[in-house]
Amino acid sequence: MCAKAILKEPTIPVKDYDRDLLIELYRKMVSIRLFEQKVEHHFLAGDIPGFVHLYIGEEGIGTGVMANLTKEDYIESTHRGHGHTIAKGADLNRMMAEIFGKKTGYCKGKGGSMHIADFSVGMLGANGIVGGGYTLAVGAALASKLREDGRISVVFFGDGASNRGTFHEALNMAAAWKLPVLFVCENNEWASTTPYLTTTSVADIADRAQGYGIPGYMVDGNDVLSVYETSKEVVDYIRSGNGPVLLECKTYRIKGHFVGDPEKYRTKEEVQEVFDNNNPINRFEEKVLEAGVLSREDLDAVYVEVETAIEEAVRYALESPEPDPSELFDDLYV
Amino acid sequence: MAETKKITFSQATLEAMQEEMERDDTVFVMGEDIARQGGIFGQFKGLPDSFGSDRVRDTPITETAIVGAAVGAALAGMRPIADMHFADFMLVCGDEIYNQMAKVHYMFGGQKTVPMVLRAPDGLINQAAAQHSQSLEAIFQHIPGLKVVAPSNPADAKGLLKSAIRDDNPVIYFEHKALFNTKGDVPVEEYFTPIGKADIVTEGSDLTVVSYSNCLQTVAKPVAEMAEKEGISVELIDLRTISPIDKDAILESVAKTSRLAIIHEAVKQGGVGGEIAAIVAEEGLDYLDAPIMRFGSPFTPVPFARPLEQAYRLKPEAILEGIKRMF
Repeated sequence: MCAKAILKEPTIPVKDYDRDLLIELYRKMVSIRLFEQKVEHHFLAGDIPGFVHLYIGEEGIGTGVMANLTKEDYIESTHRGHGHTIAKGADLNRMMAEIFGKKTGYCKGKGGSMHIADFSVGMLGANGIVGGGYTLAVGAALASKLREDGRISVVFFGDGASNRGTFHEALNMAAAWKLPVLFVCENNEWASTTPYLTTTSVADIADRAQGYGIPGYMVDGNDVLSVYETSKEVVDYIRSGNGPVLLECKTYRIKGHFVGDPEKYRTKEEVQEVFDNNNPINRFEEKVLEAGVLSREDLDAVYVEVETAIEEAVRYALESPEPDPSELFDDLYV
Repeated sequence: MAETKKITFSQATLEAMQEEMERDDTVFVMGEDIARQGGIFGQFKGLPDSFGSDRVRDTPITETAIVGAAVGAALAGMRPIADMHFADFMLVCGDEIYNQMAKVHYMFGGQKTVPMVLRAPDGLINQAAAQHSQSLEAIFQHIPGLKVVAPSNPADAKGLLKSAIRDDNPVIYFEHKALFNTKGDVPVEEYFTPIGKADIVTEGSDLTVVSYSNCLQTVAKPVAEMAEKEGISVELIDLRTISPIDKDAILESVAKTSRLAIIHEAVKQGGVGGEIAAIVAEEGLDYLDAPIMRFGSPFTPVPFARPLEQAYRLKPEAILEGIKRMF
């Protein structure tokens, strides 16, 4: 199983999918999309401080992977972590409040966009350091192995992060100890502002699995059903005690590295083309409508429901109090 | 007086590990050469016999992943102890210590603690030269969120390690390599040495000397004894915890003695001595009858050749001369 990366095409016909699952996948993707559109709007309006990094256009990956995890499984996220956090089941109000720097946020306003965590759903934290999550996920998986609790750990990272030394240390340690870790590369083609192929030794990050004697898979990350199917297969493999897997999901970063990035390194046309023709939400809609498993009304109903929830999250964040300066020293030590 | 037994510093740390691992099955230890070899200084010898090679775990040579995995395991509810082989190797995993281990509790708004211990053998030994001899505590004193301890004797080695393992904060445990084979009286009954509390080793009235770790034994104590012979009554403080520092103990002592000298093996520039001097300058200047004196190693990497290493080492006689100028 540990030869070259395996390219996975979808095999289950759309009509054979459970309707509730399809609705849930759609709900998650739309939640991420609308949540982030609001974040972008309020960042540009000056309501949100710091940096925000958007996941728009990559929703299919977090959604497809997370649909195969339990609440107890662990994930480690990146600085582009809103999507993973929403997909893992975090509360939208508390997320939005954190991004706005409010006291009611997940981190009481001490973390912000790059440092959201929700330990109650196994979301062990976004990470402002590129490649910062690998070894932590390995440790969480080690804890699961020592306790035999059946949980797995998933770490998300980008193509750029796969050049960090921590990637290699983590893959080796996880493989040597057969730890239950899924390494998910979201290859969005941009390492900050640099095209990944100019600084990366392989075209397919999944090929790097060979160096560690573990399976490497590749999927179309903008096809949520492909991601779902493949991650189901690899999650089952990992949960059965076979050790780690590297899964590369091919996608494209629609937004700049951060909101406000002037994006001088690419053309607007290039981005628009991907967004128009290879957008995980549109592709999903076309597929389910064509297969006749969900109707336009079904999709619209979900969309409206999500819209309301996101508006409520923004209202909650705007109306929440800021932390009091006296809270500066809270949580420095236990 | 409580019953004691004489054991080495190394045995004392082993007893701490044994007691805590028996008590709490979330405690485990990982590092390079610790299970099969028993640790490079023998400080883990026998531990796998009691707890197996899962809980006493040989790692790849991969300090970054060792510390990162300890943080991750702590986030998942364990109480890991990570061994750094040599303290110098902590610099390999700066991100994991500074940005992850130290920050998680604060930046996630107190949602989760990181109850882990990083054991870090440090200090000068056997001409080990620039990359196996450093004293790095000042670097970690500068990072909010970490606790940093450095015992100077077997009793504190055990008591502080037990406290560190039970502490819900991440603790860096510096253990000087030259101390491992030193012997001392250790209580037979279970006890804990509190983190954040300095120890008054000897009371005195003319001069406060603050030191810690091996330097307290091999330099500060001889200096204090020589000073006594010169008629200077020294109050010797063993700092024990580098961060959070016991300001009260230092200020109270200086209020009594009016003079302060700090002695540590780490280089003087940017060292813990500078922090202590600044605290007293800010909050206890009125107590002082003489300028504060700091004694630390010269500002060079640790050299290899014997005469050079000898020149690098702190000399009690030279420190005594410096101290005499304070009177």
